[in-house]
Amino acid sequence: MSALAAMATTRCEQAWGVLDSVLDPEVPALSVRDLGIVRDVVDHGEALEIVLTPTYSGCPATEVIEHDVLQAIAKAGLGPAHVTLQRAPAWTTDWISAEGRRKLFEYGIAPPGPAAPDGAVPIRIFGRRADAVACPRCGSSNTERLSAFGSTACKSMYRCVSCREPFEHFKPI
Amino acid sequence: MQGSIAIDQSPSVQYLLRVGDTCLILGQRIAEWCGHAPILEEDIAMSNMALDLIGQARAVLTHAGQLEGRGHDEDQLAYLRDEKDYRNLTLVELPRGDFAFTVLRNAMVATLMKLLWERLRDSSDAELAGIAGKAIKEARYHQQHAADWVVRLGDGTDESRQRIEKALRELWLYVPELFESDAVDEAAQAQGLGPRWADLRAPWLEEMDTILDEATLSRPDEAAFRSTGKRGVHSEHMGFILAEMQHLQRAFPGGVW
Repeated sequence: MSALAAMATTRCEQAWGVLDSVLDPEVPALSVRDLGIVRDVVDHGEALEIVLTPTYSGCPATEVIEHDVLQAIAKAGLGPAHVTLQRAPAWTTDWISAEGRRKLFEYGIAPPGPAAPDGAVPIRIFGRRADAVACPRCGSSNTERLSAFGSTACKSMYRCVSCREPFEHFKPI
Repeated sequence: MQGSIAIDQSPSVQYLLRVGDTCLILGQRIAEWCGHAPILEEDIAMSNMALDLIGQARAVLTHAGQLEGRGHDEDQLAYLRDEKDYRNLTLVELPRGDFAFTVLRNAMVATLMKLLWERLRDSSDAELAGIAGKAIKEARYHQQHAADWVVRLGDGTDESRQRIEKALRELWLYVPELFESDAVDEAAQAQGLGPRWADLRAPWLEEMDTILDEATLSRPDEAAFRSTGKRGVHSEHMGFILAEMQHLQRAFPGGVW
């Protein structure tokens, strides 16, 4: 990019570019933009406001992400900045970008399918016979769920019956 | 030693405390399984759900503090109240018991919270509606997880069935409290803050029946006993859990790490 073009881009556009390099501390294959948690970047003249949305109510990464975002913005010389948390509308895995899904799969985490529509969801008693999730290692759909909960709030644990490898699945939410 | 804070008695603050405290205390109880669950997957599941619940409690208590307008933040509300100022259901303060007791209680509370969050999404209070929009997604997972286990234990071995039947007899005593209405509920309903919990009774029983039927268990009759945690009159177990939770903040006011 030429110096002239760099000057022409706004501070907000530059900030969006910086956010591409801020990784989720718990799923470092994804940037915060891939994850779809950056709602907005607003230039208030004096300060930049970065609007983030939490993934899970109790996600311990939220505070780390806030810190990392502010640090990256400051390092790029775009500060001062502050982060605002916005809860509504609630984050959904449907906001993970196509690029993000590809990165997840390559990282060995099965990406989420579409989230359940926002309405009453009937209870399904299914034990291990969960929805078919393709194994990110061999691609087989012959997989079974070991646990609905995994190493972080956003993942569940699966095993591939074909290649016998365990893997994680990003829960649709 | 840090003294206790006094809490506003207005119905809207009390209503929020019922929601926030129920999440807080159950989160604390479930977290006790960390390092003790029967298998690793369940250890992780319990810790995950505890985190969700404590995250929900943080959001609701923060909002209760704002609504109260006395400058109390989530930590002060969580750690500096006296026992009589906690508004959680008695059900969630009972000791964690065995795994059958834990998963059945989780199923009962998650089913309630799912129905409650569903309605709170339409709250006239935009902040509460936002919290509910997030929490509902988590509560669905909690209910699904607990329901699977109730079925597995109820329709499992003699030992597992005997344990979950015992848990059912013990826990069902605390059900009436969930759906008792009072002035706090009526006020919340009138101002559009949230539903009367009594109105959740029918859908709750329907969903619990689905789970219990699949587990080949029969729903016990409603008890005459009435627990009163929602009004601040708790069981003998509450003081012990608060002592453990509050010790650090009482001994080292404002301590952080």
